[in-house]
Amino acid sequence: MDQATLTPHIPRLRRYARALVGDRYAADDLVQDTLERAINKFHLWRPGSDLRAWLFAIMHNVHVNQLRSRAARPETPLDDGDALPQSVPETDRHEIRDMQTAIAALPSEQREVILLIALEQLSYSEVSKALDIPIGTVMSRLFRARERLRAQLAGVTSQSNLKLVR
Amino acid sequence: MTPSENDLQALADDLIGPERRAEVEAYLTRDAEAAERVAAYRDQNAQLRALFNPVLDEAIPQRLTVPAPRRSRVQFAIAASWLILGAAIGWGANSLSGEDPGRSVTLARRAAIAHAVYSPEVRHPVEVGADQQEHLVRWLSKRLGADLRPPVLVESGYELVGGRLLPGDRGAVAQFMYQDAKGRRLTLYVSKMNVSQGDTAFRFSRENGVSVFYWVDGALGYALSADLPKHDLLGVATAVYKQLNP
Repeated sequence: MDQATLTPHIPRLRRYARALVGDRYAADDLVQDTLERAINKFHLWRPGSDLRAWLFAIMHNVHVNQLRSRAARPETPLDDGDALPQSVPETDRHEIRDMQTAIAALPSEQREVILLIALEQLSYSEVSKALDIPIGTVMSRLFRARERLRAQLAGVTSQSNLKLVR
Repeated sequence: MTPSENDLQALADDLIGPERRAEVEAYLTRDAEAAERVAAYRDQNAQLRALFNPVLDEAIPQRLTVPAPRRSRVQFAIAASWLILGAAIGWGANSLSGEDPGRSVTLARRAAIAHAVYSPEVRHPVEVGADQQEHLVRWLSKRLGADLRPPVLVESGYELVGGRLLPGDRGAVAQFMYQDAKGRRLTLYVSKMNVSQGDTAFRFSRENGVSVFYWVDGALGYALSADLPKHDLLGVATAVYKQLNP
């Protein structure tokens, strides 16, 4: 039952991991480690509570540990062509590639917050629980992430004459 | 009233109540700079989804099929080491036939972990309380696919608190919790077992300070756990065993 319960969550875990670490293979490594940990800690999950939020909390912990153990090694740059999904239409590719560069440039702690909200649409209190930080910290990281993205995308836009705000 | 920074974030994320939303939206008609920021935040959300949503439709790589619990690997290792040992010193089949020591050890350990996790719970010790006993028994019986009867332990001084459903290595597991007048708790863990394994005798194990009596009866494995010395738990365990095996 453990396995059947977790399987439907894999696509979302992969999406978040891809956005978090950029590189396709490193992202799937993160998902794999998260699943292994979830399976072995499954007895700690409280039935009736949100399994998805619990899984993101586990992924956060695994990711933090990975960052620590890889501190010596440089991270794979996010903007290698491989990471951008093939199905993105050509017309949107410039704008999206700018976002891809901008999100990769954020500090990891800010990136986590904005991704859990934008992609997973978790509530602020769910993010607070998943990342184990106070809600005030969630809000300040979210604000800083968004202002950084805005500044960076505005800079890119003025140089390349792409329109940011439709 | 000027909205807070958090109101602007919450509006962009649609995480704002309808009343507050109306107030903030009214304010934005008067503050072009703030309105532009909220629009930019919304665009960021949309772009992030456009960028990463295609991952949802990708085929899942083979290596990400959910791994089996490590415990079963340990169990396999235990079984394998017994086989090797058996072959090496020529014990052969007689000491190993009939049951799998790994499986019933796992039963006791899982029961002890579940006991350690749930028995200290003050607010949520059980999912369904004994006041809804009929529903509790019907629900857990249905989920386990077996006719469960929580034993009556009033004569031993314990009353049923209720029960909960847990995940086990073979599917659903039921846990019944009992409590005495001093608030001491027992849990009875009931799990589906491999039918071909056959019944086992009444056994005792101590797992991290938790006493566990356990046995296998037909398709079900039972484990009674408590933070009590062995001889204190034995009386209750015998009562449980007798009620389940009249």
